[in-house]
Amino acid sequence: MDLDRLTYMANQIARNLAPQGEVQATELTLQHLRDFWDPRMKAAILSGSRDGLVPIARAAVDKLGMA
Amino acid sequence: MGYERQVDFGTPEVRSDTLVTLTIDGRDVTVPAGTSVMRAASECGGSIPSLCATDSVKAFGSCRMCLVEVDGMRGTPASCTTPVAPGMVVHTQTEKLARLRKGVMELYISDHPLDCLTCSANNDCELQDTAAEVGLRDVRYGYDGANHMGQADDVSNPYFAFEPDKCIACSRCVRACDEVQGTLALTIEGRGFESKVRAGQAEDSFLSSDCVSCGACVQACPTSALMEKSVKELGKPERSVITTCAYCGVGCTFRAEMKGEQLVRMVPWKDGKANRGHSCVKGRFAWGYANHQDRILNPMIRDSVDEPWREVSWEEALSYTATKLNAIKAQHGPRALGGITSSRCTNEETYLVQKLVRAGFGSNNVDTCARVCHSPTGYGLSKTFGTSAGTQDFDSVMDADVVMIIGANPTDGHPVFASRLKRRLREGAKLIVIDPRRTDIVRSPHIEAAHHLALQPGTNVAVMTAMAHVIVTEGLAAEAFIQERCEIDEYNDWARFVSDERHSPETLEPVTRVPAAELRAAARLFATGGNGAIYYGLGVTEHSQGSSTVMAIANLAMVTGNIGRRGVGVNPLRGQNNVQGACDMGSFPHELPGYRHISESAVREQFEADWGVDLDPEPGLRIPNMLDAALDGSFRALYVQGEDILQSDPNTHHVAAGLKAMELVIVHDLFLNETANYAHVFLPGSTFLEKDGTFTNAERRIQMVRKVMEPANGYADWEVTQELAKAMGLGWNYANPAEIMDEIARLTPTFAGVSHARLDAEGSLQWPVNDANPDGSPIMHVGGFVRGKGKFIVTDYVPTDEKTGPRYPLLLTTGRVLSQYNVGAQTRRTQNNVWHEEDVLEIHPLDAENRGVKDGDWVRLASRTGETTLRAEVTDRVAPGVVYTTFHHPATQANVVTTDYSDWATNCPEYKVTAVQVLPSNGPTEWQETYASWSEKSRRVARVPAE
Repeated sequence: MDLDRLTYMANQIARNLAPQGEVQATELTLQHLRDFWDPRMKAAILSGSRDGLVPIARAAVDKLGMA
Repeated sequence: MGYERQVDFGTPEVRSDTLVTLTIDGRDVTVPAGTSVMRAASECGGSIPSLCATDSVKAFGSCRMCLVEVDGMRGTPASCTTPVAPGMVVHTQTEKLARLRKGVMELYISDHPLDCLTCSANNDCELQDTAAEVGLRDVRYGYDGANHMGQADDVSNPYFAFEPDKCIACSRCVRACDEVQGTLALTIEGRGFESKVRAGQAEDSFLSSDCVSCGACVQACPTSALMEKSVKELGKPERSVITTCAYCGVGCTFRAEMKGEQLVRMVPWKDGKANRGHSCVKGRFAWGYANHQDRILNPMIRDSVDEPWREVSWEEALSYTATKLNAIKAQHGPRALGGITSSRCTNEETYLVQKLVRAGFGSNNVDTCARVCHSPTGYGLSKTFGTSAGTQDFDSVMDADVVMIIGANPTDGHPVFASRLKRRLREGAKLIVIDPRRTDIVRSPHIEAAHHLALQPGTNVAVMTAMAHVIVTEGLAAEAFIQERCEIDEYNDWARFVSDERHSPETLEPVTRVPAAELRAAARLFATGGNGAIYYGLGVTEHSQGSSTVMAIANLAMVTGNIGRRGVGVNPLRGQNNVQGACDMGSFPHELPGYRHISESAVREQFEADWGVDLDPEPGLRIPNMLDAALDGSFRALYVQGEDILQSDPNTHHVAAGLKAMELVIVHDLFLNETANYAHVFLPGSTFLEKDGTFTNAERRIQMVRKVMEPANGYADWEVTQELAKAMGLGWNYANPAEIMDEIARLTPTFAGVSHARLDAEGSLQWPVNDANPDGSPIMHVGGFVRGKGKFIVTDYVPTDEKTGPRYPLLLTTGRVLSQYNVGAQTRRTQNNVWHEEDVLEIHPLDAENRGVKDGDWVRLASRTGETTLRAEVTDRVAPGVVYTTFHHPATQANVVTTDYSDWATNCPEYKVTAVQVLPSNGPTEWQETYASWSEKSRRVARVPAE
């Protein structure tokens, strides 16, 4: 899967959830990835560079990797 | 059933808690107060002759056939205009009345052609019936006096003809156009003997007039003055079957009136609860595609999309397909396979396709066209209210005081609902329209929006939040409702958020381009104007913040207390006939039927036990992700039922690349659509006339679809999917769609009380139908939200990443017109093309002048994604800086211009915002020429020489 596209998607989710506050937005972004992303999408973003991720998205992806 | 004319009670039904008892011809009759004597007589089985009365329009009292005598009342009043009264004693059959009626009838017939035997309405004519009923045997005046014979017929409309010689000037057509359709295209011109029905102005024909060809006038006509051309050609039907329209999400029910296996006409069913006896040009007339020469009736296969198609038997096609699917599954794993269910097909068929993907392919890679339309509705309403569906039935609009339409064009997209809405607006309800375009509903005969907020495309959330700001900061919130029905902490957080000055209409005006005072006035009206109902469409969902806007709409409904009763609510106008049902049936990759997440083990185990397989607990791919995964080689086979993603989905180049990268694309459709250009297997589909099942409309109303003719391709679509499943080794053995619905009911709590037998008996049911709601649920969230308490969710405006700039200075938004339907696969194969034969680009006069573009010129429409050419229509319906087009025609392929940007939560494409440039052009783009050539080549069918 195209990492740039997945990074864009994760950032877009995070940006729209950001108004809920950083802690909740991180949890909600994490839950969104779990609920709606196919395993290969999750695997691709976990294995790729996280440089392009905004802080909330990066925190969510980090947590996704710990699960 | 055999052919019988629909029962006509003469005047409309009256609803009143007060009942009145009177005596008609010696029989006691009890009816609601306000009912006409004519209707009361009809309801108790009597019959009063009439010509100008029909129960779809108000009483008119002009024909004088329905006279009655009433004890204690002078004269012979018209029963249609005389309301019942307690103790009234009515006589409908007396010597005096018979004499009067016969005299009136004699006058009518003296000016009417006596060609009954060759008339298209012979034996189906109210004038003929009434003449017989009054016993008319002779016309004393002869037929040589002044009359209306010899007038030219108007055959301009492709579907019906107007024969003025046959007209009796009863005004039923004019009143139907006024009261039922609300277009007011017809009139009676002249006075007295000169009175004539006219469409539009003096120089107009029916086709050139404002007439929208809904058919209401034809239905109302008591003679053959207005008659379907199909009846003229084929003769009177001999039987009728009640079924449900396969166009938009209104879900009109029709009588398919048949002659053997030949469909003669579709007539809206008066008992249909979605349409209440009305129709639009598509459902009423545009069914000719079912027998169009382009329809493919034999299965076809090919090893490569560069080869011509080869016709094969069903056995060979299914065996070839199953073998390929199983091989790809074995080599690349189940997640390399997926399917797309069809919102055009029945619930039962959709259910089977998702079951095939989950239980047969072994993945959850199933998606549906809701991905590109109302997936944000499902997401947003489930988060706020707890249900992925609209809250009201269509009847509810008749109790609305303020209607807010956001990003919807109901007169074009949902015309039958629009007629109900317009009726309510004519009664005095106020209208707020939020749309970049000046759609027809903004200003039409007897209707004018109190406020039209012509916002900048892409700023829906900002406008919704600004409205909320006004309501909260001006103390207009429904505090009692919120305290009782909503999560208070969430409300307080949200109220604090929207109250911030940065969300005020004044602060946001430069972004939204909506004058702050106008927005404030609209917000005040919605909050204080009584029952406030919100109706919205794809102008809400097809944005990068589609889900946020849906949640913002839900917030607005809750903060004003407009949820949980008649006349209010949040009402998504769903696009396709069964898109609600497709979503209900588990067509999303993360949900099993009934909107239950695939990761919920208890739910999954229930399906595993019933289906006898293990299910993948991980969500699958959405359509755009399938295409992405195809390009990286991890997704290789796709079964597409009744969907044309190449034409309908955004960024055509990307869709084409994704499809071309797949090893196996199976298209199951009526026609070789654009997606089929990239397919290896074509399985012929059946039309809605050729199968049994159910559709679920935008009101959550489940209605029967009934087979009126055998499938021309040999099999209904559910049978094809079943045969494919069997070929793959699954032991399916459904005898009929009723058995499939039984399985759906067994596994889906909201459908627990649904069965075909019950639908046959009751006509329709609105889910949830379960122990708590045994008779269904016309209105949702009465007394409490499905999720318990309503949840306010903070939604901040996040600008789209699709930006205008020097190279692409205009914003393109797309939509559809009344006469065509989505990708046009059906309507382009009907005579609806007379109204819209090509997609055009609406452009404001200022923008056109700056570019040297004149009305009708060819222009090149270019975005960062692609370009196409089409003709320009210079109009101020669009604001400066905004252009608009439709996506009905593959020659234009508007989606070659749209982008990959999509809703953050659901990936619903951002069709409504594309930065573009428009410049004069003198011909098709290179891509259009290349695609046309490729498309022609790809549709070749190898001719096998006869042995």
